[in-house]
Amino acid sequence: MPATDQRLEVAMGQMLRIGVTVAALVVLAGGVLYLFHASGPPPDYSHFHGAPAAQEHVGSIFAGALRSESKSLIEFGILLLIATPICRVLFGVVGFSLLQDWLYTGVSAIVLTVLLLSFFTRR
Amino acid sequence: MNTLSFSLAICVTSMLAGFLGALTGLGGGVVIVPVLCLLFKIDLHYAIGASLVSVIATSSGAAAAYVRDGYSNIRIGMFLEVATTLGALLGAYLVAKISANWIGVLFGVVLLYSAWASMHQSAAVPKNVQKDALAARLNLRGSYPVQGGKEDYIAEHVPTGFGIMFVAGTLSGLLGIGSGAVKVLAMDQVMKLPFKVSTTTSNFMIGVTAAASAGVYLSRGYILPELAMPVMLGVLVGSLAGSRVLIRAEVRTLRWVFAVVIVALGAEMMFNGFTGRL
Repeated sequence: MPATDQRLEVAMGQMLRIGVTVAALVVLAGGVLYLFHASGPPPDYSHFHGAPAAQEHVGSIFAGALRSESKSLIEFGILLLIATPICRVLFGVVGFSLLQDWLYTGVSAIVLTVLLLSFFTRR
Repeated sequence: MNTLSFSLAICVTSMLAGFLGALTGLGGGVVIVPVLCLLFKIDLHYAIGASLVSVIATSSGAAAAYVRDGYSNIRIGMFLEVATTLGALLGAYLVAKISANWIGVLFGVVLLYSAWASMHQSAAVPKNVQKDALAARLNLRGSYPVQGGKEDYIAEHVPTGFGIMFVAGTLSGLLGIGSGAVKVLAMDQVMKLPFKVSTTTSNFMIGVTAAASAGVYLSRGYILPELAMPVMLGVLVGSLAGSRVLIRAEVRTLRWVFAVVIVALGAEMMFNGFTGRL
């Protein structure tokens, strides 16, 4: 059993590394594109106006990223980054059930539910 | 200042924050938020949004490295994540309910506590084992590598630890930070876990905790992509460099320098909050 426990940990670690690397590269690509096209002084960030409404929908972020729009590409990278720890918890659900540790399969499922809740509750 | 130099300035500052954050174990978020607010005059909501993104990046990046060493405990981590993610949801919800000035004051308090905690990292050897029935039933135990073998441990005071973790999650969601200092307090001081186990497991949990607030932050528009970009990349690069140096360097002096910087930032955040400038 310890051997498989460790395998689960190593699998989680590798997943995290890949997720962060891919996300950072996508954000970097979007950032280079953004700075390449940027001109003039930076926007005024001293007052809160929220983010542009179009960016609140995952679908439009995908579409924008596919068209290589810089901000959508950055936002797509950020979504990949946020998905990384969520995938780790999903790994936990699957991994613990493979280890037949039902208590921790349940605990991981609760954490996953809370995470998903945060994306589906609005305000 | 044009957009390019503005972004580069933020990126370099974020690198420095990530570097120092990794050296002291406090994380980059706790420095980058006040710096963005006070130095770059960025609205607090945008600052915590950008910081939260960088927190997920550094936590996941560092956790990948720690996992192999065999110190982090995935069961204890997963169990406590129930508390931190619920807390994070509450914290993210509260951001819209509390004025920026009060959030600034609270941020100052957390900065001062973090500075104090970073100077008082005790490497107390836990002398177990007073049997904790709940910890045994929840299997909150493990063993970690020590010189010439393995040493067993089991968590104590589980309900108190769980409660403090909920507070840590709330602070994380409210301030856009990892709140590693509070997480380590719960695991190290209250649950009496070995120091290396609590620091690495805490790091493991930070990304998941931050992801719980990220959904709320995104839907409220706290995360501006073009602002999160230089912060995330800078803090990530800085903290990776910092954790390499950490293995070799004697960091006592740096820790002092960082503590002074944090106290100054904390005092200024509190001052600006009390005088209504945030």
